[in-house]
Amino acid sequence: MSNNESPSSNEPRRGKAPAGERVADWADGRLGIYGLAKANMRKIFPDHWSFMLGEICLYSFIIIILTGVYLTLFFHPSMNEVEYHGSYIPLQGQMMSEAFNSTMHISFDVRGGLLIRQIHHWAALIFLAAMFVHMMRVFFTGAFRKPREVNWLFGFLLFVLGMFTGFTGYSLPDDLLSGTGVRFMEGAVLSVPIVGTYLSFFLFGGEFPGGDFVSRFYSIHILLLPGIMLGLVVGHLILVFYHKHTQFAGPGKTNNNVVGMPLLPVYMAKAGGFFFLVFGVIAAVSAIASINPIWSMGPYRPDMVSTGAQPDWYMGFSEGLIRVMPGWEINAWGHTLVLGVFIPLVIFPLVLVSIAVYPFIESWVTGDKREHHILDRPRNVPTRTAFGAAWISWYFVLLVGGGNDLWATHFHLSINAITWFVRVGFFVVPVLVFVATKRICLGLQRRDRDKVLHGRESGIIKRLPHGEFIEVHEPLSQDALHTLTAHEQYVPAAIGATVDENGVERKVKGAEKLRAKLSEAYYGEESQIPKPTVEEYKEITSGHGHH
Amino acid sequence: MSSQDIPEENLPAEQDAHGAVGVANEQDPFADPGLPPHEHRVQDIDEQAARRSERVVAFLFTVSMLATVGFIASYVAIPHDRAIYVFPIGHINALNFALGLTLGLALFSIGAGAVHWARTLMSDVEIADERHAIEATPEVKAKVLADFKQGAKESALGRRKLIRNTMFGALALFPLSGVMLLRDLGPLPGTKLRHTIWSKGKLLVNMNTNEPLRPSDVAVGSLTFAKPEGLEEHDEEFQTEIAKAALMIVRLQPDNIKDKRELEWSHEGIVAYSKICTHVGCPISLYEQQTHHVLCPCHQSTFDLSDGARVIFGPAGHALPQLRIGVNDEGYLEALGDFEEPVGPAFWERG
Repeated sequence: MSNNESPSSNEPRRGKAPAGERVADWADGRLGIYGLAKANMRKIFPDHWSFMLGEICLYSFIIIILTGVYLTLFFHPSMNEVEYHGSYIPLQGQMMSEAFNSTMHISFDVRGGLLIRQIHHWAALIFLAAMFVHMMRVFFTGAFRKPREVNWLFGFLLFVLGMFTGFTGYSLPDDLLSGTGVRFMEGAVLSVPIVGTYLSFFLFGGEFPGGDFVSRFYSIHILLLPGIMLGLVVGHLILVFYHKHTQFAGPGKTNNNVVGMPLLPVYMAKAGGFFFLVFGVIAAVSAIASINPIWSMGPYRPDMVSTGAQPDWYMGFSEGLIRVMPGWEINAWGHTLVLGVFIPLVIFPLVLVSIAVYPFIESWVTGDKREHHILDRPRNVPTRTAFGAAWISWYFVLLVGGGNDLWATHFHLSINAITWFVRVGFFVVPVLVFVATKRICLGLQRRDRDKVLHGRESGIIKRLPHGEFIEVHEPLSQDALHTLTAHEQYVPAAIGATVDENGVERKVKGAEKLRAKLSEAYYGEESQIPKPTVEEYKEITSGHGHH
Repeated sequence: MSSQDIPEENLPAEQDAHGAVGVANEQDPFADPGLPPHEHRVQDIDEQAARRSERVVAFLFTVSMLATVGFIASYVAIPHDRAIYVFPIGHINALNFALGLTLGLALFSIGAGAVHWARTLMSDVEIADERHAIEATPEVKAKVLADFKQGAKESALGRRKLIRNTMFGALALFPLSGVMLLRDLGPLPGTKLRHTIWSKGKLLVNMNTNEPLRPSDVAVGSLTFAKPEGLEEHDEEFQTEIAKAALMIVRLQPDNIKDKRELEWSHEGIVAYSKICTHVGCPISLYEQQTHHVLCPCHQSTFDLSDGARVIFGPAGHALPQLRIGVNDEGYLEALGDFEEPVGPAFWERG
C-alpha cells in the first residue's frame, strides 16, 4: 500500500496532502516525530513465547492503574468509625471504619464496582506472578548480561515495589484479614533494635492501630509507589527499545543482528492484541472467581482474627520466615533484642537481594566485558541455572512455611512437622536442588553432544547382513547443528604466574583466589561438557560405522 | 552407522540450498547457514484461505461489539443485588457475573482478532536489523571528557576550595529540615506500650454479652473473651485500647495449675491472660480444652495456660502476660491491677 503512495509524495502534488500527513507534519515541526519514527516504526522484535511474559507485566500494570483510578472515585481513606447501613444485611449496624464502609459500598451498591475491585486485585496478583516468571526467564537465559544489568535492576525494583504496593493496597479496606497483616507488620517494626518502637509510633501516628494508617497507606499506595513504578516502567521500556531485544541462537541470528517482525504492523498488532487478551482473561476471571470478599471477613478489630489468615501470595515467603523462626529473645541491661522477629525481617530483603546482585557476581567471575544479545539455553550454563533453581526452591520452601496451617489442614499433616521440615529445608533443599539441577543440565549437554555427533534417534531398527540390529540415526540439519553448537564455553580463569621472570614472588590477593575458585566451579571440567568440535564431527560422520 | 545409511538429502553436501554457504559447509558443518528461506503460509498462496481468515477476524471484532452491547444491557437490566446459581461455582452476584463475562469477551475478542490478523494476513517474512554497540566510539568519549574538563575548569570549582566546601556543607545540611518535619508523624512512645486501661477494681466484662462476669459464668473447659468495664465499641479510642486490653479467660482445676504464681493470681482456677500474642500481636483464639493449650492462628505459637502460659511451640519469644484477678463484694470478677509486664509483641525498651 505504502509502495503505491510513496512516489507521489516526491512529486509536487496538485491538491493538499492527506489530513493524517498534515497532522504528522505539524507534530514533526514541533516534536521531530519523523526522526523518531524512522528509527522505531519498523523496529524489529524477535518472536518467542517467553518474550510475552514481560508484556503480561506491562499490561496488568496498565489494568491496575485504570481500575485503581476508578476505585479512588468511591473509596474513602479514613478510619473514622461509622455504623454500617448499606445493602449487605449480615453486617447491618456493625461499627467499622469509613474505609471498610466505602469498600462495602463499592462492592454492593456501585454497579460494576465489585467487578472493578476484583479486576484490580486479580490484576495485582497476576502482575506480581508475571514479574516473578519474567524475571526467571531473564535470569535463566542470561538476558541480564551486559548491556542489560541496569534494566535487570529496574525490573527487580519493580518487583519489590510491586510487593509493597500490593501490601499497602490490600490493607486499605481495613478488613479483619488485612488488619491482621498490618498488625504483623507493626510487630515486625517493633522488633527493630533501638529505633523500632519509635518507627512504629511514627508510622501509625501513635499506638497501633490508631486512626492514621489507612490514609497514610493510601497516599503511599496510590501516589508514592505507583509514581516511582511508573517512572521505572518507562525507563525499563526505553532501555528495551534502546538495547534492542535479545534472541535465541539459530540460523541467521548473530550477536550483531536482531531477527524478527517489524513493530508496524506485526508486532503492534500482536502486542496490542495481547493487551486485550490479558485484560479479557482477567475480566472473565474476576467475573467467575471471587477475590478478597471483605464482607465475609468483616471489619478489623485488633482483638479478633479468623483462622487460615494468609497474606497475598507474593508476601507468603516473608510470612514463612516469620512462622518458622524459633522465638529467640535476648533480655539484657533492661533491653530486649527480639531476634525471633528481627532475623526474619533481615533475611526477607536478603532473599530478594541475593538474586538481584547475581548478574554482577557472574560478570565478575567471567570477567567478560562484551555485549551479549544471544540468549543462553539454561542447560549450557549449569552453575547459573542451578543457582536460580536453588533460589526458587528456597523461595518455595518459605512459601510452604507461610502456609503451614493450610498444608496441615489440607493434607492432614502435623503443623509441627511442617514447621520443622521448613526449618531444615531452608538450609538443605537449595543445596539438593543445586546439585540435582547441575547434574540435569550436564546430562542435557551430553544429550546435545550426542545428537550433534551421532544424529537424531529415528526409531527405525535395521538388521545388518550378519544379524546385528542397529537403530538408524538421522544426522541433524545444518540449522540444528548450528543452533546446538552456537554457544560459547568459557575457560576457567587461572591465577596468573605468581613468580615473575626475576624470580620475585607476587602476592596473590584473596579476591583473585576466590575468583579463580568460582571460575573453576563455573567452567571447570565438572561443570560443563565440552561441545563437539568440527574435527570430532568429521571423524565420526566420515568414519565407518562406529557408534 | 555408516554414511550409506544417511538419506542423500541429509548429507551435508546436499544441504546448502543457498549457494555460497556450501563452501563454508565443507569446512565447518556447524557454521551459521543464514536465515532459512521464507515458507509461505496457506493464506499467502490461497486467496480463499486469506478471505476465510479475514472473515474470522471480522467475526471476532463483531463478537466484541455484541459483547459490549451485552455489557451495557446487563448494567441497565440486572438488579445489583440479584444472586444466581452457576454450576459449579455456586451462588454468585448476577450483575458481577454478567458484566465481567461480557467485558471479558469484548476485550478478548478484540485481542484474538488482532492476533489472528497478524498471524495469518500480515507479512511473516523475518527481517534482520543490525545492532550497534551501546558504548560510545573513542572519538565521542574523548570529546565528552574534554568538554567536561573544560566545563569543570570554567566553573573554578577545583581551584576555589572554599566555595566547594561550603556548597557541599549547605547541600548536606538542608535535607535535615525535611527529616525534622517528619517528627510530628507520631507522639513519642514513652511508656504507652507498658500500660493498658486495666486497673484495680475494674470488672471483667464478657465480650459477647457485654455483662460483667461472675465466677459461675466461667465453666471448666470454656474459653471466654473479656474487656475492661467502661470500654465501649463507640468510644473514640476503642480500637487502640482493645488492642492491648483484650483478655481471655479459662477455668482450670486448681490442682492442674503447675505454675505457683499463676495459681496465686487466679480465682478458683479462673485465670485471665492477655489475648494478644507475644510474637507479633495477633489475637489468640484457639483453645484446646484437654491440654489447656492455646494456639495463635496467625503463626501457630502455642502456649500452655496451665503452666504460666509459657511458649511450647512456635515463634513467640515469651509467655503471655497474666492479669491478676479476684472477686469484688458483689461477687463479680475484677482486676487487681494492670498487667505487670507489657502485653503484645516484644520491643527494644521492653526489658
